[in-house]
Amino acid sequence: MSLVFFILAAVTLAGAAGAMSLRRPVHCALSLVLSLVGLAGLFLRLGAQFVGFAQVLVYVGAVAILVVFAILLTNNAEIIGRSSTVSSGWLAGLGIAVAVFVSLAAAMARSSALNRPASPPPTASVRDLGTRLMGEYILPLEVLGLLLTATMIGAVVIALHERRAK
Amino acid sequence: MVDGKEQRLMLAPNSILCPPSSIHAVNMSPLHQYLILSALLFCIGLAGALTRRNAIIVLIGVELMLNAANLNFIAFWRYGPNPEAQTGLLFAMFSIAVAAAEAAVGLALIIAIYRHYKTTNLDKVDGLKG
Repeated sequence: MSLVFFILAAVTLAGAAGAMSLRRPVHCALSLVLSLVGLAGLFLRLGAQFVGFAQVLVYVGAVAILVVFAILLTNNAEIIGRSSTVSSGWLAGLGIAVAVFVSLAAAMARSSALNRPASPPPTASVRDLGTRLMGEYILPLEVLGLLLTATMIGAVVIALHERRAK
Repeated sequence: MVDGKEQRLMLAPNSILCPPSSIHAVNMSPLHQYLILSALLFCIGLAGALTRRNAIIVLIGVELMLNAANLNFIAFWRYGPNPEAQTGLLFAMFSIAVAAAEAAVGLALIIAIYRHYKTTNLDKVDGLKG
């Protein structure tokens, strides 16, 4: 019954753990792709078809490629070498992450609002989502378009060579 | 879950996950399972973002945290009280778009930093002077 959930969860968590612990940045990027594919499967399983496919298109398609290109454009020879890949304050960072998880899990365990009986799966057709996006969510959608345009221009300007300005 | 059956997971007694009143076994609802998974994903991303030295991998950790938040939005939409409004779905979609913008600008910044400092090691990028 929930075997699919456990498989997808294991894939997602294994990918995330690999992305955060592997040594070579390219391996980290490929692990990230594995994790994002698992998450897309979880979205599909939750009945969110459009968001699941948008996840595949945007993250697996675009963001992963961007990360790989950034790795290619930066020379990581020193990191691949014998030097450590973790920063100087790694113990404190790990402690903070564990503390955050413990507090989140404690809050979830105490909450009684989460124990609702399982409801029938809601329907979310793409047509319905599109109607909403073009109707009551038209202003956020336009702002998002503006943000993405500004981002595209900004990313190109930031990544341009500085030397040409001199 | 798709066919509406109740999913129950028997969990061994555990001091963190069980409230003190129900020591023997706790029935985890599907929402609980998704939230635990999302919290784990968030904390893996947080640990990576806080401990790794390579700026690109720190950015990957931030992406993982954003995805954990998206999973929460979708899970609460699916098991929440008012799924017809589709608020969680729409918020997750906007979140994906903003995260893509963040990744593009973040990676461009990392490339610019690499041009300047000749490294992406965050321990060595510590100057404010240009």
